[in-house]
Amino acid sequence: MSIALPIVDHPQAAKDFVNNVPRSHWHDDSLWFVRSKRDRQAQSLPEWEYLRETASAIKRHTIANLADYLQEFEANATRMGAVVHWAADAAEHNEIVLGLLRRNETHRIIKSKSMLTEECGLNEYLIENGIDVVDTDLGERIVQLRGETPSHIVLPAIHIKKEEVGETFHQHLGTRKGEADPQVLTEAARGHLRGKFLDGEVGITGVNFAIAETGGIVVCTNEGNADLGVSLPRIHIACMGIEKLLPRFENLAVFTRLLARSATGQPITSYTSHFHGPRDADSELHIVLVDNGRTRIRDSDTFRDSLNCIRCGACMNTCPVYRRSGGHSYRATVPGPIGSVLGPSKDMKAHKSLPYACSLCGSCTDVCPVKIPLHHQLLAWRKVLVGQRLLAWNKRVGMKAASWLFRHPRVFAAAGYSARMALRYLPKSLTHNRLNEWAIDRDLPDPPKQSFRAWYAQNRKNTQAEQSE
Amino acid sequence: MNVALFVPCYIDQFFPDVAISTLELLESQGVSVSFPEFQTCCGQPMANTGCNADAAPVARKFVEMFSGFDAVVCPSGSCTSMIRNHYQEYFAADDERFNQLRDSTFELCEFLVDRLGIRKIEGSFPHRVSIHSSCHGLRELRLGPSSEQMVPRENKLRILLESLEGVEIESIRRQDECCGFGGTFAVTERETSVAMGVDRVQDHVESGSEVMIGGDMSCLMHMQGLISRREMPMRVMHIAEVLAGRPLPSSPAVSAR
Repeated sequence: MSIALPIVDHPQAAKDFVNNVPRSHWHDDSLWFVRSKRDRQAQSLPEWEYLRETASAIKRHTIANLADYLQEFEANATRMGAVVHWAADAAEHNEIVLGLLRRNETHRIIKSKSMLTEECGLNEYLIENGIDVVDTDLGERIVQLRGETPSHIVLPAIHIKKEEVGETFHQHLGTRKGEADPQVLTEAARGHLRGKFLDGEVGITGVNFAIAETGGIVVCTNEGNADLGVSLPRIHIACMGIEKLLPRFENLAVFTRLLARSATGQPITSYTSHFHGPRDADSELHIVLVDNGRTRIRDSDTFRDSLNCIRCGACMNTCPVYRRSGGHSYRATVPGPIGSVLGPSKDMKAHKSLPYACSLCGSCTDVCPVKIPLHHQLLAWRKVLVGQRLLAWNKRVGMKAASWLFRHPRVFAAAGYSARMALRYLPKSLTHNRLNEWAIDRDLPDPPKQSFRAWYAQNRKNTQAEQSE
Repeated sequence: MNVALFVPCYIDQFFPDVAISTLELLESQGVSVSFPEFQTCCGQPMANTGCNADAAPVARKFVEMFSGFDAVVCPSGSCTSMIRNHYQEYFAADDERFNQLRDSTFELCEFLVDRLGIRKIEGSFPHRVSIHSSCHGLRELRLGPSSEQMVPRENKLRILLESLEGVEIESIRRQDECCGFGGTFAVTERETSVAMGVDRVQDHVESGSEVMIGGDMSCLMHMQGLISRREMPMRVMHIAEVLAGRPLPSSPAVSAR
């Protein structure tokens, strides 16, 4: 099993980001802009909800019959000359990739965006083993140069301002100090990456969709970096989670229509590239199929639908918590609502605070193009965590006490009365102190003299039929 | 029709006028209303924390208490959703008593519009107002259209509100953004909750509205607390108070009597 991950305390991890109000607002606005673009695209398709329903049904069918489709995919991909590898977990995935590099005596890797390789920690593993890995997606390159991790699965550098990118590029790429013009910075990255592309010996990509019927894989990018990255080197290694499968080629149309619209509010990604076997007789295409906990999720009736995810990031863009607290506050490869569902399935203890980093507003569930009931899954995780005794002791006891109180109406009424009187007559310094987390930033309501039940007993009880006890 | 009034615990203790308004509003529509006097809470705080074992006995008591009425009406979308969408965990699928209760429990505006077919409330509210659509009412009960889904729906609160004379409903930026209350979230994730709430109030202020009107007093209590602490130019009212003819509170404070 994997080593124990550090325990994430989301409220603590979010604090600095949220309390930097201008930055938090800027981040919020940037993502809301993307969400608004998504809305306009969704509104432009009368069949939007039909597409969501269809996509969800296709995914559920695929996951239900996953073993059959994986074997069909392997047979068809192999028939076209690709080599299919199976990895049970992240470690095996990384070893397979390193083995391929070693066998070919290659040291310079150009990589396009892949959340799976982030999940497996491939970059770190390869670098430790003396391999030079260059991320070629602009956002990923920015975070790589800064020694950070992506804060969003589609927009990895969404937390970084253009001035900060300018500073990073000044240090690493020699751009003019203080340069913050996105056009100039992008040109600089383009020039820098062009050299890397020409030097690259192996191209590693992720996979957006794999088609069982054809054995082909599909990679969607906006920068064309995946295409460039696999067109020059002789070897292409494509890494994918086993849930990326679709049964038939015609299914793909449903997903390409949903993916870019949901992700960035574009009708389609700039590049939707199909790979069917290696480029030519001299080239190699390796496809690494990775489980890494997916089978376990598939076994769960409650969380199975989270495997529908196509990694569009729409749930992050819409999540009011994510927008305020930033992607790094989740301390997980995949942040936001879907990350808070996937995280605990990987390591319940390490990610126990994530299902609570949610106001249960349900916006993620409504925005999800494959209809994962995200907020219900987050709620379901809370139940699992409590069952595993991973909820803090004081909260558990508090809820036990509340449950008892609510089962004793007379005590409830008396406790309510005492609380209201305390609020009325005690000095504010006693009722609104640092121990009252509610009142640190918020006033409590002005307590009324009488509760409704007291008012009712006084004003209505005699005029109404007595209720049963 | 014999209707039971389900008053959420915090409304009972802190916002009795919301419950009185609900009672008066229902009675003015010719409904006979009773208040089962030993009611407390539906158990949502425990359930939303994941403490289902603590929520279960509260849920069973609730069903005992509220069975046998033609309908149960509640001035809260969130508490109504607890009964309708989350109580099934605590009862057998063929539990007739629970199934009957689940199908006859309504949020106030939903009850008026869907069950009684009322689309016009007599009265006037000559003010510029804005609507706070609370999340559970919107996305769990579908009391109105949510901005994420491309499904046309009527907004039940709005139908009733705009039937009042003189009311002017301002539209707000991010029509259905969460206010950040979220039950215990408000305390466990205080910083984020407060940031969300302040932004939400600001959206209402910028719309030119004098008062935000919602169907869930819990969200309004959270925002009222922020408004009061920061002296923001906004007031809050529950839809029941507005429909029952209560005047705009004179100071930026929830009317509590």
